[in-house]
Amino acid sequence: MSLFSHFDYWVMIFLAMAGLFIVIARGNLIKKLVGLGIFQTSVYLLYLAPGKIVGGTAPIIDAAFKVYSNPLPHVLILTAIVVGVATLALGLALVVRIREAYGTIEEDELLRHEAPDAGGESRP
Amino acid sequence: MSVAAHLPALQVVLPLAAAPLAVLLRNRTAAFALVLAATWAAFAISVLMWQQVAASGPLSYALGSWPPPWGIEYRVDALSALVLMLVSGVAAVVLPYCRASIEREIRRDNHYLFYAMFALCLSGLLGIAITGDAFNLFVFLEISSLSSYVLIALGRDRRALLAAYQYLIMGTIGATFIVIGVGLLYLMTGTLNLADMSVRLQSVTSHRPVLAALAFLTVGISLKLALFPLHQWLPNAYAYAPSAVSAFLAATATKVSVYALLRFYFSVFGEGAVFKQLPMAEFMLVLALAGMFVASAVAIFQDNLKRLFAYSSVAQIGYIVLGISFDSVTGLTATVVHLVNHAVTKGALFLLLGAVMAAMGGVTLARVRGIGRVMPRTTFGIVLCGLSLIGVPGTAGFVSKWYLILAAMEKGQWWLVFLIVLSSLLAVAYVWRFVEAAYFRAPRADLAQVREAPLALALPAWLMVGATVWFGLDTSVTVGSAARAAAMLLGAVP
Repeated sequence: MSLFSHFDYWVMIFLAMAGLFIVIARGNLIKKLVGLGIFQTSVYLLYLAPGKIVGGTAPIIDAAFKVYSNPLPHVLILTAIVVGVATLALGLALVVRIREAYGTIEEDELLRHEAPDAGGESRP
Repeated sequence: MSVAAHLPALQVVLPLAAAPLAVLLRNRTAAFALVLAATWAAFAISVLMWQQVAASGPLSYALGSWPPPWGIEYRVDALSALVLMLVSGVAAVVLPYCRASIEREIRRDNHYLFYAMFALCLSGLLGIAITGDAFNLFVFLEISSLSSYVLIALGRDRRALLAAYQYLIMGTIGATFIVIGVGLLYLMTGTLNLADMSVRLQSVTSHRPVLAALAFLTVGISLKLALFPLHQWLPNAYAYAPSAVSAFLAATATKVSVYALLRFYFSVFGEGAVFKQLPMAEFMLVLALAGMFVASAVAIFQDNLKRLFAYSSVAQIGYIVLGISFDSVTGLTATVVHLVNHAVTKGALFLLLGAVMAAMGGVTLARVRGIGRVMPRTTFGIVLCGLSLIGVPGTAGFVSKWYLILAAMEKGQWWLVFLIVLSSLLAVAYVWRFVEAAYFRAPRADLAQVREAPLALALPAWLMVGATVWFGLDTSVTVGSAARAAAMLLGAVP
């Protein structure tokens, strides 16, 4: 019973772990960003799900309604979504630049490029 | 209301507004002048607020006149006033240096964007230190992080891109952990105001979500402050970023994260919940010691000086966290003092290394051979900062180590005193590698004609070196504020 009463949390945990796993396990820089996106999105659920109360209405005070849902989580998550979009955009921009500089976006090939650490000398 | 009443808001708003304006100006000189004005104004504001707080206790500012806990509160107490002053002060010194430094490292038509990012990063860091709202703290954390990823990626070495990408992944995971922690606390207490949260946590009966929140916040913030073993992003980010950015971030970014950790541990959860009921002190002690020794040992084997001192930063963060783990007024005083002293020392060091980079084209040990002969003043400055890292009397580093050792003796842990001194010997080893290369080797033939650093680079760097020595001799500002902040955190005074 408690398994189902908290089912939104189970979804959240599954998404978070799936996202984190992709970030760690995938070598492709874009796939890593996809995983990161899923991980960030899962947190939106953590905030949004408890904000909804069954039978609750929008918090506009009226004699006809007694139960209100909390609107604050939505506002917070709107901000978090903006942050997530900005992070993804910046990450993708970095991947474009990495591809221009190295010709690959696979982590193992990138590591091979940089294996012998030549120190801080700049290269063309 | 007079302007004075709005100082806490202006502290953040000035640099925040300067960023988009700098982008609109599309002119590097105008953008520089604008951001410089905002930065110096921010520093002046932080000094004014620091004096107010020292004279008449914490300031509380209700943003948009919505009273806390409903509205967002800006709260300046002894600790945040000090951190604000540190961050804006470092920015005020580094920014004039940027102008001469990025001339050589970043394409000219990107300069106005650089200044915009610098202003954004500064406002994010100031925001973290001033806000009294948990979610607001996360937003400012992301503002400062996103802009610092951009600043790092501007480095001319292509590895700067990889370093920025790696930092982006690690930093975002850390920030997301922080939001999860804040979310759990919000679920349990129904408030986001930090002061209100700590009151309501007393009456929360279900402890498991609160413990989970503590765990998520600890791991998330530890990622941002590069606590060993979560420091993997730091060495490359500092090594390949533009010199001015290395200096600014090394001096401020991790320090502000330490502030966030102190804020959550002592002002929200309360030291009883963190240190009495959980073995957090032992946990942090082990990680701090591991950081001090492993990172210092790794630093000894680096050939790139910026990387070497980046690893040394990880070790120094170990000292800062060690102070927290004592859970005593002396220990926290050591933490806060070292926060300031290490920021000033590392800032000076990276500014000087930037001057070396500009003159010699690189900062590997092989390249800077004999630099003591061609750039004697800059080399002397680096050695002074190195002495501060070791903790030689007369430098800032000595003061913080002195308080750490006092805190260890208070607890009767003599073996810790021994370990602190032993880890300083590792610092001697890595600083010696530079000294040996600088003074006992002949310069490379093609670099024998290198001149001393120009005034535009030398002056800001020497201001910071001066502060490093000053804080070693006159400790009234640093130790005085730190002791007040420590007493405040442990609840002795408001």
